[in-house]
Amino acid sequence: MLAVQLAALLAGDSGNAGDGAGEALALLDGFDDALVHGLARLADERADAVTALAAAFAATPLGDRLAEAADAVVSGSITQEHLRALAGGRVALSGAVHDALLESLDTALGRERAEWPAAPDGPGTAGDAGAQPAGNVLGGVRSWLRELAITGWRGVDHDLVSAADQVIEALLAAPDLHRLAVLLDGFAAELRACCPIGPAEHLPVRRWADLWTRALLLSQDGVLTGEPRSATTVSGRLLALGVDVHEHGTAVQFQVHAVLEPAGGGRSRLVRTSVTVAKVDTIVGPALWKLAQRHKVLLAALADGRSVEITDMPLLDSGDLVWDDDRAFVSKPADPLATARLCLPGALAPAVPPLDRVPVRIAEPVLVEGYKVTKDGSFDLGGTVLAVDAERLPDCGPLTPKLVAASSACVGLVRWDAGRWTLQPLAVQAKVKREAVVAATGDWALGPTDPKAAKAEARAADAVTVLRERAGRLLRR
Amino acid sequence: MVPPVQPRKLAKVPFVELADGRLQGVVSSGSDIGRVYVSSIAAGTHNYNCSTNNNRPCGGLYGSPCKHLRALVAEAVVQYGADRVARYLRVEVPEGEELADCLGGAHEPAPAAVVFSRFLRHLAYLEVPDTTLPIPELHWFPATGTVS
Repeated sequence: MLAVQLAALLAGDSGNAGDGAGEALALLDGFDDALVHGLARLADERADAVTALAAAFAATPLGDRLAEAADAVVSGSITQEHLRALAGGRVALSGAVHDALLESLDTALGRERAEWPAAPDGPGTAGDAGAQPAGNVLGGVRSWLRELAITGWRGVDHDLVSAADQVIEALLAAPDLHRLAVLLDGFAAELRACCPIGPAEHLPVRRWADLWTRALLLSQDGVLTGEPRSATTVSGRLLALGVDVHEHGTAVQFQVHAVLEPAGGGRSRLVRTSVTVAKVDTIVGPALWKLAQRHKVLLAALADGRSVEITDMPLLDSGDLVWDDDRAFVSKPADPLATARLCLPGALAPAVPPLDRVPVRIAEPVLVEGYKVTKDGSFDLGGTVLAVDAERLPDCGPLTPKLVAASSACVGLVRWDAGRWTLQPLAVQAKVKREAVVAATGDWALGPTDPKAAKAEARAADAVTVLRERAGRLLRR
Repeated sequence: MVPPVQPRKLAKVPFVELADGRLQGVVSSGSDIGRVYVSSIAAGTHNYNCSTNNNRPCGGLYGSPCKHLRALVAEAVVQYGADRVARYLRVEVPEGEELADCLGGAHEPAPAAVVFSRFLRHLAYLEVPDTTLPIPELHWFPATGTVS
């Protein structure tokens, strides 16, 4: 990302998403505020906000349904169907904001993005609703979400949160619904941690409304099917740019951003490949990598900084490579900064699936160099300042705010967070004790290379082994 | 977002949670490697219990909490932070005092089996198969917390 590109991005309506985005976000805020106090207690102002959300769709095919839902909810009749309509409106609004944001980012970066291919048989046929054994489970999810919406965040107590436990357990038992289980588990744990929610407490209003909406969306029949639409299989050379780590108490996702150079030539593409493992909350830090050790080739490539040759690996339309260790082998050394320098310009970015169009999901890999680090750790690129999101540095890797502040080049993800563009570092080139080093979030994939961290890791012993051994003692009478 | 759980050694107290209106967990015996206790403290009343898995009471409960209960509280504070534990148990901790010293309560038998089965449920996460399909929802849950 050049200074001029950053300037273009930040100048575009002062980091905003362009015309209408402000209004769209204001509508979201209004609706989200209604969820704070609960749909059962809609004072005038909040009732107006719900109606305003619906009114924004007056000229669209959703208009009638939303207007009806808003009227019903305001008058106190809150059914699943009404909530689904309102959530749909909220999804559409944040989708529009997402599109505007991503477009301004693509334009600033000069990045070309693939088109989302139209579904072969029109919408609604992706999931075979008849083949859904999970109907009851999803129904359980929807009722819990309805209770939440009626009660509002301020009314959430331990009993209401615990009611999700059974639902989550049932979801975990259904592999097709795994995504929803992961989402609900993280959401419920967060609500639980805040219980009881006091009247004065500051709440993550947008975030919780996002999570609620997302869960409601995924809990509709036919949305989650086991197999996502698979596009093609691909072969070629995969060059990692870095690992984005997502984590809550019971799940961790290692999402690798990479450039794929197709075998036999052709345009290179930006892809992601992910491994998600379930965990317990006491497994944290570098020990997380051990949970993913089944994927040896991927971890070895990350730890040793090497490229990977892949053969016939499925690539989804969303740009997600469905990792399969058996179709990959570790190849020559590759440095993420060199990859970003040489291969990032000109690589084709993937399309965003319609349901995944949410601002939170924007995470575009870029290379930034030639910056000065400001006092608060931001990058000053020729007078334009890009905020660095050091809070997203995972503790399972060697990147620290200090190292990032000492860096001279950085591969990172551009994100849009709390109304501004930020950079989440994935790999940096820095001088440590007058020696140039390259450090990346995936460096410890095979265990910490830093002696201090390795020692701490050894002291912590193998959490999984300890837990299983202790449980075994309980089983024995 | 939830502050991330702080790393702690698991051998002594492999499991601790704030659930079912109790601070409860599984505590290893200090003397016998083959033995574990199920310990709990109720929110509000602060009544406590400590027993083996088959409900044999802990020998250390002589009108006051045993060392297993103290270990449970100590590890809960490490894992969740003193504030959250105190809030859950509804206990006032004056400045400079230890949470464990501020609990009243008396011994009150509580079923160990419930805690035990919750521990097993907790461990069941380790048996959930991993997936290489993307989970876009996890973008809402960034890894955090480089402490150093």
